Amino acid sequence: MVQTFRICEQHSGRSFICEPGQSVLKAMEQQGLRCVPVGCRGGGCGLCKVRVLAGDYECGKMSRVHIPPDALAKGEVLACRIYPQSDLAIECQPQQAVGQVTK
Amino acid sequence: MKKGVMRPGHVQIRVLDMDEALKHYTDLLGLIETDRDDQGRVYLKAWTEVDKFSVVLREADEPGMDFMAFKVVDETALQQLEKDLVAFGVEVEQIPEGELKDCGRRIRFTVPSGHAFELFADKLYTGKWGVTDVNPEAWPRGLQGMKAVRFDHCLLYGPELAATYDIFVNVLGFHLAEQVLDPEGNRIAQFLTVSMKEHDIAFIHHEEKGKFHHASFFLETWEDVLRAADLITMTDTSIDIGPTRHGLTHGKTIYFFDPSGNRNEVFCGGDYTYPDHKPVTWQAEQLGKAIFYHDRQLNERFLTVLT
Repeated sequence: MVQTFRICEQHSGRSFICEPGQSVLKAMEQQGLRCVPVGCRGGGCGLCKVRVLAGDYECGKMSRVHIPPDALAKGEVLACRIYPQSDLAIECQPQQAVGQVTK
Repeated sequence: MKKGVMRPGHVQIRVLDMDEALKHYTDLLGLIETDRDDQGRVYLKAWTEVDKFSVVLREADEPGMDFMAFKVVDETALQQLEKDLVAFGVEVEQIPEGELKDCGRRIRFTVPSGHAFELFADKLYTGKWGVTDVNPEAWPRGLQGMKAVRFDHCLLYGPELAATYDIFVNVLGFHLAEQVLDPEGNRIAQFLTVSMKEHDIAFIHHEEKGKFHHASFFLETWEDVLRAADLITMTDTSIDIGPTRHGLTHGKTIYFFDPSGNRNEVFCGGDYTYPDHKPVTWQAEQLGKAIFYHDRQLNERFLTVLT
């Protein structure tokens, strides 16, 4: 039996299962949850930024603009590019200023 | 074309991982790799394009667009446009011949929206890929994925649309094909062209400078757009929205993301324009319908997901 990991998002209190090798964001989407905002799913746009409060994970490449090295050191990551190696507690980051179309 | 700017020439896109990006742009989009350089950049083209490349990929820590270039009719026009830009107060940088392989000298300048643009007159003419110049067949065999026909346009997000408009229309000779106006009459989107296409370049107002919304590639038919959607699913590629239709331009479209989060579009159809056409206007109150004609509302990503 494949070991799976439980991901808990603290703001919403929602949790979901993530398989090894699967990104946290993809696992969330597959289970129909929306507790982390979904953007490009490629580490580029920064919309799915979360802070990992507890647990081990591996990271894929992420835009340095959204995750500079000091942020990474504090556990700030993009949910689309983290792959859990244990159960994780994550926390959604406050929404960044959203683009305005009105002047 | 009255100032000699002819058409989009190339776009240089930053990617986080070159191997993943290349697989996306060749296997899925159907672009053809034509060269690489000692900076590690990879050069690509779509099959109907006559010059050597139209897309350049560069590996970097941050995705997005480095610059977009337009081809001008000849060196004389390039010199005149350079003078006109300088006279207008635009700072112009010289990029020597060969900095991009087989491309002539370029001039580069940054517009008030924060985006870098280039003009050039010469690039190696390699002809359409896989078909002859004389008695050509309808299309070449061996194309991959979506079989993109050409790099068509970019949509960019940034501030100061009015000042950006002035450079494109008054200096470079573009024509405003479509616009979105807010209730006070401010232009919050501008679709500019030097051709009969509804846009060769488009801008949407956004507070942060220099953001990249998408690079777009042309397909022939709606069936091709649906087939592109099938391929996006088959390859588990990140989709944004579609297949659907835009109100602006009325093009039929699908948005998706490259593996670094840069948005791509493939589309077909769309309206045409001539220089005597008045701009098509959409009201900001109808922005949802203007962007996604069927849903009539924006998805949350349209305004926020940028590189």
